[in-house]
Amino acid sequence: MKRVLFIFPLIAALGIGLFSVWGLTGDRNPSDIPSALLGKPIPNFKIETIMTEGISELSNNYLANLEKITVVNFFASWCLPCKAEHSSLKKLKSSYDIHLAGISYKDKRNDTSNWLSELGNPYHVVGLDISGRTGIEWGISGVPETFLINKKGEIIYKFAGPLLGENLVHFENLLMLELNKEK
Amino acid sequence: MIPELGQFSLVLALLIAILQSIVPILGASRGNSTWMNSAKTSSLLMFFLVLFSFLALVYSYVVSDFTVLNVVNNSHSDKPMLYKVVGTWGNHEGSILLWVLILVTFGAAVVVFGDEIPSTLKARTLSVQAWILVGFISFILFTSNPFERIFPPPLNGNELNPLLQDIGLAIHPPLLYFGYVGFSIVFSFAVAALIEGNVEPVWARIVRPWILVAWTSLSGGIALGSWWAYYELGWGGWWFWDPVENVSFMPWLIGTALLHSAIVTEKRGAFKAWTILLSILTFSLSLLGTFIVRSGLLTSVHSFAVDPERGIYILILLGLSIGGSLVLFAFRGASIEDDGLFSPISREGGLLLNNLLLVTCAGTVLFGTMYPLFLEAISGEKISVGPPFFNITFAPIALILCSVMAIGPYLNWKKADLPGVISRLRFTMVLSLFGLLAIWYVKTTGPALAILSFGIAIWLLLGVIQEWMERIKFFDLSPKTTLKLIKSMPRASHGMTISHIGISLIVMGAVASTAWRQESVIFAELGQKNDFAGFTINLEKIENIKGPNYISKMASIRVENSKGFLENLYPERRVYPVAGSGTTESAIRQTLQGDLYISFSEAADKSIKDKWTLRLIYEPLVNFIWLGAILLMCGGFMSLSDRRFRRSFSQVKKITLPITEPG
Repeated sequence: MKRVLFIFPLIAALGIGLFSVWGLTGDRNPSDIPSALLGKPIPNFKIETIMTEGISELSNNYLANLEKITVVNFFASWCLPCKAEHSSLKKLKSSYDIHLAGISYKDKRNDTSNWLSELGNPYHVVGLDISGRTGIEWGISGVPETFLINKKGEIIYKFAGPLLGENLVHFENLLMLELNKEK
Repeated sequence: MIPELGQFSLVLALLIAILQSIVPILGASRGNSTWMNSAKTSSLLMFFLVLFSFLALVYSYVVSDFTVLNVVNNSHSDKPMLYKVVGTWGNHEGSILLWVLILVTFGAAVVVFGDEIPSTLKARTLSVQAWILVGFISFILFTSNPFERIFPPPLNGNELNPLLQDIGLAIHPPLLYFGYVGFSIVFSFAVAALIEGNVEPVWARIVRPWILVAWTSLSGGIALGSWWAYYELGWGGWWFWDPVENVSFMPWLIGTALLHSAIVTEKRGAFKAWTILLSILTFSLSLLGTFIVRSGLLTSVHSFAVDPERGIYILILLGLSIGGSLVLFAFRGASIEDDGLFSPISREGGLLLNNLLLVTCAGTVLFGTMYPLFLEAISGEKISVGPPFFNITFAPIALILCSVMAIGPYLNWKKADLPGVISRLRFTMVLSLFGLLAIWYVKTTGPALAILSFGIAIWLLLGVIQEWMERIKFFDLSPKTTLKLIKSMPRASHGMTISHIGISLIVMGAVASTAWRQESVIFAELGQKNDFAGFTINLEKIENIKGPNYISKMASIRVENSKGFLENLYPERRVYPVAGSGTTESAIRQTLQGDLYISFSEAADKSIKDKWTLRLIYEPLVNFIWLGAILLMCGGFMSLSDRRFRRSFSQVKKITLPITEPG
């Protein structure tokens, strides 16, 4: 019995060693944890817009050709946390030189427009994803969810949940970092 | 020519290391004292060879020799001289050479300071140290040669990452490595003892100063790294539970356990196998740290250039050293007999609890650090483990540890009177409770756990001070005799008191700065006043300034509180044209009550051109952490200066030499 106790450290070390061997072999990149889309271009999508002058379609091509840092925010009128982060989005739009795109997710056209007229429209462009298909392309798990896209049209950060408090501060820091990179 | 000489002397060092890993240990088993003594010469020789090699690399950096690839990748002729020198170990190849330099330094130190170590133990220890050296020198030569040439040489270098152009880099890695690698000699002593097959209290007495040296440097290295991240790198925090921080913290935790269990082995002849195991584990975790940082196995902010080939090589080294020593432990460990029986309530029992809690702490950190890898291997899911995990698993164990830590020093060896101790501590308990309530009254915000933790830190502080005052008979004697008594007492006992006070201050600082931290981002115009955390912050002007290899925008910010003007702060945004990147130099108003931390950046939007973004952070009591860390180190040095360690050596010589030296 006592002997087993003395072998235990060896067994534990072997266990860790085996996992490490596995971790080193094969092509795994430990960095891409939060989203499969990080560092990738915007996924293909094309949806109609609402309450947006001069632009009838919101698509990946449109966003990629802006050559501007873009924030894409998935929201819905039926979602209470989205209401909570509404003022954060307004602040983002007024404080930074960014393009803010909203995508209304699994929502009715009228509900979305009523909601935006009532609270004010913080977006430069609003797209309608009535079927939820675009949401699947972007790999969202719910609303609200916010993506940060760099000038080259690559997704560099994703945040799931309302942008409030510390999360907003963190998001702004990342945004500032990205904006400063260009100068 | 110089780089070739550097490489050549490293090759020579490898050959000598191979000799030293065989000859002295054979000498020890055959009783051949010439063979055993060869380790003395070869250890010193290796020290000088590796030192020469290291200086050759430093020289290449100093003269900006751009025919050396490593210099090209990490230096630039416009860099200030200090950072040229420091750049030597600001990269993978150079830092691993520094690693090896410290390995041979400890080997040589055993030769120079270890006259009284029994010669068989010394010969075996130095051979084991040479095994580690063979592994690491060959690792440098085969996979990470810092002397590799490049042809044609480029006109200038790529420059060191600007984040690393800081005085922190000059001290933090060497001190950290000194701690990490210092445990190598403890490991070698432990493996040598296993090979000899017996562990006597004398063994622990010999090893303890080496544990103390390594532990003190590691404490300093970790604290300095944390200070560096906080003050210089502008990360806005001092601990992130990042994998690389964790892997330096685990050897510290196990090393702390070892520090305590070695006392029991020395004084009471108990915990022998356990002390040996901890010696092996401490260095194993240091190796694991080196492996994780350099293989890219886990994600971290500290990544070196990642190369799977290196990862495999270090993993093999790890397998041989950790696996080999643990196999030896599995075979020999069970036959090590403990002397000295003790009852559960005793100094030994207290230290056992200390050890169990520390090892559990290290276990949770290890689990949290490796969990993403385990999970990915089993389910393919990728996650990262962040502060919330460590806050709920590590913090409670650490709190239990701190609360019993106050009682430990009151317990007697063999059998202690716990009710008696508790009754002696009753006033301190009541006082701590008042302290806790006072904190609660002042700070109604923040988690309840924070208030409890702070109360426990106060309890620890008061308990430690009371024990010290009782020990020096503060109330019973005249000040003069008390002073005499303080001087006559062993310094190690004062060292313990100082270190324990340090721990309580660290807990206070950590809790307050985590739980009651305030942070805000504001957009300020010139001349605009903003209120934050009881301060009034006034952005007065912004100037352009030019540094040696950067250009910078500097803000002048006037800080006031309700009583009037306090200080002007000057945060900067620096741009390094050569490296093409920038740094944020935050400005800090540093007081014992807390730090006000300001960093700024350009207005982000053209439409608000005259507005500047200010990031404000207030961290209450954060300086208690560094103060505590300094005390921790002072305690370590105090114990090291204890006469007993030196005197004990001469006793060892008299008693054990005739027995252990055959022939």
